[in-house]
Amino acid sequence: MTLALVLAAALAVACVVAVALPFIREPEPESDDLADLGQGEQHRLELLETRDRALSALKELEFEHRTGTVSDEDYRAQLGPLRRDVAAALQALGRELREGRPPDERN
Amino acid sequence: MPELGRAALLVTLGLSVYALVAGAAAAHMGRRRLALSAQNALVASFVTTAVAAAVLVAALLRNDFSFTYVARTTSDALPTAYTISAFWGGQEGSLLLWLLILTGFGAMAVRLNRGWARDLIVWVVPVFAAVSTFFAFLVVAVASPFATQAAPADGAGMTPSLQNPYMLVHPVLLYLGYVGLTVPFAFAMGALLSSRLDERWLIATRRWTLFAWAALGIGQLLGSHWAYVEVGWGGYYAWDPVENAALMPWLAATAFLHSVMIQEKRGMLRVWNVLLVILAFSLSLFGTFLTRSGVVNSIHSFTQSSIGPWFLAFIAVTVAVSLALVFWRLPQLRSPTKLESPVSREAAFLYNNLLLLALCLAILWGVVYPMLSEAVRGEAIVLGRSYYDFFLRAFGLPLLLLMGIGPLIAWRRASLRSLTTTFRGPTIVALVTGVALLFLGAGSSIPGLVAYTFSAFVLATIVMEFARGTRARRALGAASWPAAFGSLISRNRRRYGGYVVHAAIVMLAIGVAGSSAFDRVAEAKLAKGESMRIGDYTLVYRSLDERASSNATEIRATLDVIRGDRDLGTLRAGKNAYTIEQQVSNEVGIRSDRLTGEDLFVIAEQIDADGSVYFRVFVKPLVNLIWLAGLVFLIGSMITLWPDRREQRRLVARAAEVGIPATP
Repeated sequence: MTLALVLAAALAVACVVAVALPFIREPEPESDDLADLGQGEQHRLELLETRDRALSALKELEFEHRTGTVSDEDYRAQLGPLRRDVAAALQALGRELREGRPPDERN
Repeated sequence: MPELGRAALLVTLGLSVYALVAGAAAAHMGRRRLALSAQNALVASFVTTAVAAAVLVAALLRNDFSFTYVARTTSDALPTAYTISAFWGGQEGSLLLWLLILTGFGAMAVRLNRGWARDLIVWVVPVFAAVSTFFAFLVVAVASPFATQAAPADGAGMTPSLQNPYMLVHPVLLYLGYVGLTVPFAFAMGALLSSRLDERWLIATRRWTLFAWAALGIGQLLGSHWAYVEVGWGGYYAWDPVENAALMPWLAATAFLHSVMIQEKRGMLRVWNVLLVILAFSLSLFGTFLTRSGVVNSIHSFTQSSIGPWFLAFIAVTVAVSLALVFWRLPQLRSPTKLESPVSREAAFLYNNLLLLALCLAILWGVVYPMLSEAVRGEAIVLGRSYYDFFLRAFGLPLLLLMGIGPLIAWRRASLRSLTTTFRGPTIVALVTGVALLFLGAGSSIPGLVAYTFSAFVLATIVMEFARGTRARRALGAASWPAAFGSLISRNRRRYGGYVVHAAIVMLAIGVAGSSAFDRVAEAKLAKGESMRIGDYTLVYRSLDERASSNATEIRATLDVIRGDRDLGTLRAGKNAYTIEQQVSNEVGIRSDRLTGEDLFVIAEQIDADGSVYFRVFVKPLVNLIWLAGLVFLIGSMITLWPDRREQRRLVARAAEVGIPATP
């Protein structure tokens, strides 16, 4: 009983220390703000996802055409729109990098 | 040391509440140290729950019957392995296991993703904490595994049907599956709360979802095999509410794993995917509720308890809050792209989703109908096997066909000519198979014949895909055919691992169709020396013997098995009478034909004092394909789960471009 209570108390103290650790390590930090993604970073991330999605779709189409899963006819019909998607994604990303801010921040 | 166990769970509850409140406050106010503190609380709650679990395991191993839980679920005579499995054999222990896995998964998921998804994680922590608060509250205040009593001389023992090696693994896998679905749910809610609705929550949870789904799938198959060899009624799936409880979240997760590909490839179905995650998690809670509340009569539901209302309230709050969050973020969840054609891969995946969901909801209705009818009319009306079989055929057979069609149609739009070329080969294979089977007598069951024909179609498409892909890899410079095959799989593990899983489902379908649509049954009361026939088998009842094991008296009838002119040896079937538990179980005799996958299945239904035995015998064609499908399913799941270095590099590069730590 006594040993159990001692162990329980030690466990509770250890947990309190673990929970308090960020405050013990940095009692007076320069900044306590969460390093959140800014609107610009979030926007760039979404553009990068669009770019990667378009590139991946193009790559998959090439492979599926090579394997024969996608016929010549479907390949030709899809290649143009997919290339345009990639180009549009790259242009949007380039614009974003040049201007450094998302459109809604610039307005 | 029940005090240590109780104290550890109390600390877990405190830490969970702290992680919930501090985590939500930190995320709302943008406080870094408070957010870290909440994360630490979540990790610490795993440690304290592990301490509580260790206390319970120690009490079980010491047969400390001063623990009410130990006295109720074990006895001195119970073998050690089953004494350990008693941890999850009773209600309080299984809730503790839920909490242990939940806090462990929560701690791991948060630690693994706190770098690259830091803005998401701050909201994921309070969601995890909310779920663990509920379970910690249950084991602290409602169903404590550390209740004590004056120790009796011996325990009540374990339900005989649970004294089976499958019970060492099957419940744990189901729990890993149920609890694993909390991870995608927590990240989806975190994404909604933080308004970070980019792909990161999907990437962070993809393998967790796959893991949970695979664990649920394997767990169910092991459970089916347990029912087949242990419960002794001649089948492996009875549409029992608790069996259905595990099937429903698996179906919802299957739908999600398919529809998430549409979001990744085409940016579509974002609302739908979040809704599927909510559904899968809610169904996993519902499944635990069904198993543990005692609200349904089931061979798997071993308890009557008062936790039901708590669970129902928690499920209601979870669904209401989740849907409110989806509604709140609806404008951001709208997809920028639309479905271009009803004949495209995304459309096929959508049809697959609708069928899976329809099957899931039909099963859900079958499960809740008896409860509703009892509440409204005072009489529980149970929907029988024919109800479920109807929907399994109505939705399952088109699903089977779609498994072959979906992966071979082009994204966006497919032309008629392309479809004709692609599906000509598999269609010929399917038709030839169907006609051949018809001539061989498979027309006695039309659904069975259709299932075989569709299975042939899907298998042909899978073989074709592997063959075409390997040929293309060889043409692209692979040194040899095996190298080309290896490179094909390693370069797209999800796709080709998915095909292996599809092959497993086809094997399952063939096994289920064979063993249920084309099985035979015979019954006879035999005295020693008498025989019975079933198909081309002859069974001769030879002897009856009795022996005492450590915890039961085992009675076995021995039968000679003859097929045609061949002597196939003997088969033993009988009953175990458990001394402590005062229960009797059927111990079936099974002879498997490894070449054909057929089982001869013998139940000794009734053993009379004069030594005569009433036998029920089944011949189940192809049933062993079901268990083999489990192995193939496991291989396919492992291929899809295996880390993909190319994908990792792509994610690292993407994260670096945005300037966030790239540690997914």
